[in-house]
Amino acid sequence: MGKVIVVTSGKGGVGKTTSTAALGAALAQRNERVVVVDFDVGLRNLDLVMGAERRVVYDLINVIQGEAKLTQALIRDKRLETLFLLPASQTRDKDNLTPEGVERVITELKRVFDWVICDSPAGIESGATLAMRHADMAVVVTNPEVSSVRDSDRIIGLLDSKTMKAERGERMEKHLLLTRYDSNRAERGDMLKVEDVLEILSIPLLGIIPESMDVLRASNIGSPVTLADARSAPAMAYFEAARRLAGEVLPITIPGEKRGIFGKIFARRAA
Amino acid sequence: MSGLKTINDFLTQMTKMLTDARSIRIKGRSFLAVVLAPDLPFDDWLVRLDDLAARSAGFFLGRPVVLDVSDLPIDRAQLKELIAELAGRNVNIMGIEGGRPSILGPGMPPALKGGRPVSDEAVAKEPIIELHNSEPKPSVPEARPTLQSVVIREPVRSGQSVIFPEGDVTIIGSVASGAEIIAGGSIHIYGTLRGRAMAGSLGNASARIFCRKLEAELLAIDGIYKMADDMAPGLRGHSVQLWLEGDSIMAEKLI
Repeated sequence: MGKVIVVTSGKGGVGKTTSTAALGAALAQRNERVVVVDFDVGLRNLDLVMGAERRVVYDLINVIQGEAKLTQALIRDKRLETLFLLPASQTRDKDNLTPEGVERVITELKRVFDWVICDSPAGIESGATLAMRHADMAVVVTNPEVSSVRDSDRIIGLLDSKTMKAERGERMEKHLLLTRYDSNRAERGDMLKVEDVLEILSIPLLGIIPESMDVLRASNIGSPVTLADARSAPAMAYFEAARRLAGEVLPITIPGEKRGIFGKIFARRAA
Repeated sequence: MSGLKTINDFLTQMTKMLTDARSIRIKGRSFLAVVLAPDLPFDDWLVRLDDLAARSAGFFLGRPVVLDVSDLPIDRAQLKELIAELAGRNVNIMGIEGGRPSILGPGMPPALKGGRPVSDEAVAKEPIIELHNSEPKPSVPEARPTLQSVVIREPVRSGQSVIFPEGDVTIIGSVASGAEIIAGGSIHIYGTLRGRAMAGSLGNASARIFCRKLEAELLAIDGIYKMADDMAPGLRGHSVQLWLEGDSIMAEKLI
């Protein structure tokens, strides 16, 4: 049986879709079977970030409504054999996502894949609660900024009350993925520091993804950052996060803080 | 001219309101109400009620009575008639529980919901209504109210509320911005208080609030409020206890 992960945040634009794609591609590069599922019905983006937007024929809603089989809707990645995408519908209404339908699809996916990664829509409406409902663990994506932290806190409350795990009286495993982190700005007080965010949210840290142009560049060419440029700082941070998801214990490095004198000179010249 | 005068009056009133420094007290209070759950046909039920009333005269006098009409297939006219019948027997209905919106209307008591059954101890203090049993229950010696408390061992997240009118609330963890704790007694927070804390919510001026680190949005004791901006800046980020003296919230650092 595979593991179901929900990538969620409450707030929009913090990097859920980017992180879903990057973690999915990182896990698939370990030769594990991965499917990334887009739950953002009506505002789908995961197909773009995965570079599969021109290969979408059937989608999640079609499968839920019984208009297509799961195998017809799944899109295999062109670069990684073990990576698949289940796209969301762009034209259908999100009310077509039924609790029973979602449960059926997730159960089927769990049987075939090692990892089922659900990209949640922003907000706390039915789309978001359905995406988290059947998860075994949650990745809470947060920017080092007060509104994102408060929204994440709200989502953690929902993860502890509205999911199947919570209703069975079990504890939902939750991990914090801090994205768009800039240690210089955190040092100057323009951004919350890692320890501030951890103190407020009090859940274990999965990784810190540095703010980087590489992320945007990768999205624009339709490739997860862990595939586009595996040597870039954000990609390496995502690879480490994926290893931690798989159960490895690795020390967390705060990106940019171990930068030597070389980096400092460079930064000054750039400014 | 008259329009101008009205505006002037209004402005004077506004100024008066704005300069009036007294705060408004908003409190919750709970009362023990007797709930009557009639069954159909009403005529038979009323006969039994009269029988009870004959045996204990004045039972319903001055007592808050709630009418529970859940699951009764009746219309508005029938309900109105029942209320009139009860009024004729000096039973005044203060609220209706479980009534569909369609059978309620103007001139009727307000709809109530969220009622909770009362523990046997509390009921024991009140005479028990037994419509079927003709033997009056032996009186039970008055039990002292047991003080209660609740302990929450995890952080209270944004959007969550902990409401415990029965007594003290202890949180082992932080209370997030946008979360709230409402306690009938005192509130103890072994963590950072970033949200709201309202102690003594049912009118308890001796309730206190304790927290390991004060970053609160709002504090209240016995209905007296204090917003974040009204708090002394020196208290922020410290271990603090708050209590009430007269109409003002006092605070001091712990340790």
